[in-house]
Amino acid sequence: MSEQQPVVEIRNVTKTFAHGNVTALQDIELDFHPREFVALIGPSGCGKSTLLRVIGDLVQPTSGTVTVNGKSARQARNDRDYGIVFQDSVLFEWRTVAKNIALPLEMLRWDKARRRDRVAEMMELVELKGFGDHYPWQLSGGMQQRASIARAFAFEPALLLMDEPFGALDEMTRERLNLELLSIWERLQSTVVFVTHSISEAVFLSTRVVVMSPRPGRIAGVVPIDLPSPRSAETREDPRFFELVTEVRELLRKRGEHLLPEEEPV
Amino acid sequence: MAFASRDKNTRMTYRRALTRTAAVATLLLALAGFWELYRWTWSSAGWTWPFAVDSTSMPHVWTILKAFGQPAQVNQPSLGNILFHKALFTAKESAVGFAIGAVVGFALGVVLAHSRLLQRGFLPYLVASQTVPILAIAPMVVVWVNPKLPAAVQGWGAVAVIASYLTFFPVLINTLRGLHAADTRALELMRTYAATRWTVLWKLRVPASLPYVFAALKLAATASVVGAIIGELPSGLQSGLGGAIINFNQYYSIEPQELWATNIVAALLGIVFFVVIVIAEKLVVRRAPEAVG
Repeated sequence: MSEQQPVVEIRNVTKTFAHGNVTALQDIELDFHPREFVALIGPSGCGKSTLLRVIGDLVQPTSGTVTVNGKSARQARNDRDYGIVFQDSVLFEWRTVAKNIALPLEMLRWDKARRRDRVAEMMELVELKGFGDHYPWQLSGGMQQRASIARAFAFEPALLLMDEPFGALDEMTRERLNLELLSIWERLQSTVVFVTHSISEAVFLSTRVVVMSPRPGRIAGVVPIDLPSPRSAETREDPRFFELVTEVRELLRKRGEHLLPEEEPV
Repeated sequence: MAFASRDKNTRMTYRRALTRTAAVATLLLALAGFWELYRWTWSSAGWTWPFAVDSTSMPHVWTILKAFGQPAQVNQPSLGNILFHKALFTAKESAVGFAIGAVVGFALGVVLAHSRLLQRGFLPYLVASQTVPILAIAPMVVVWVNPKLPAAVQGWGAVAVIASYLTFFPVLINTLRGLHAADTRALELMRTYAATRWTVLWKLRVPASLPYVFAALKLAATASVVGAIIGELPSGLQSGLGGAIINFNQYYSIEPQELWATNIVAALLGIVFFVVIVIAEKLVVRRAPEAVG
């Protein structure tokens, strides 16, 4: 694959939900390039999660096309071209942590020895070494989400879809996991699409922030993030970081002004 | 440190088992005490409501316990010995009936869970099957099933089928419920792996259904004992507890303690079945301690 070919091409995608005539997405045009870390941000009901699901072929667009790795979204899903992380860790409670991380590898019919090696590698990467035999409910929320990230990265997909993965965690855990996620991303060189509610998280993590506005869900603006890489705790104190946060916040506010009062999220 | 904590765990488990045994013993003693207190109060006051208390309506606890050690008829082994062997026979029928019912119930659940059409078509009849009293079904099952059975299982095999009639239903209903209990996100996750229906069933739906299935298996375990005892009646089998109940029922006015002793054995058998399933559940179902019901 050439460096120029986008990992994800979204062309003219519109999604309306039949019940209540809600337009979740309208005329979305986006390209995600290899090794990009794209944050999708917007208020509730702006369709950012729906957009993520359209890319993952978990939701069908009403019109328009999505291409992943040069294939249709359906084909890409069937080829297991992407990994996914949800807001909840979605670990199977009857499986140990190691067995949870091995789940996608079982689907890919890797043999036992290969699975064991990869799981050990992933647990080291997400700092869960020694917890392989624990059950999910024996771990803290942050550790569960780490296991979930390890599971998503385990088969080294070219694309990782993350739907508010740290939304349910406390601020401290969240900031630590942000740093860990970045170091994993730098090592594995995947493309990441990251849905979030948090402006600072979006700016801190990504190479590009896509700001969305609701009813109908559209792209309000795109902010390239030119903060130096690799990022660290000091990045959050960089004046440029505050400028970018302000820029994203203003885009959100400008597009949100006409939206009184708050309606049901889609 | 790991060893120290393991020792501590063992000690705690040990202590917990001791506490539990003591609690059960205390409860049994209290029950026996209540029985005797009730007996004494009613007979010394001469009350006849709701029934007159005498050694026929309520034999002494020690009379019942003593009956276990004495032969029910001359030149026979002790009642306890006889009841033990009869309980083993009934246990065999119940266990096979339980197994048939559990497998049939689970398999039907899996099939019906995958087809709304089949569910709509068959479920009403399966529900109706449970409203027909088992006493009305049992003789027919004996007549239909027995001639087809190989000699080795003839007689008790039909009783096992009758017991399975009571056990399959709770398993079926809870399997249906449990197979739909999988988390929607987990189902989405399986879709991202392009998992087939079959894989989703074995790796997600079935494990997620197990807490529900085990709840049903606990109901089925005790129901299978009841089913086996009832099934023995029309079969005319004398080797099980059902036969013993019919037999001692006829002599109740002379020797009531023998029927009481038989009832105690039947209850114990039900409890043993229940406990076996509880232990199996502990070994099979892994979930958060606070979620364990």
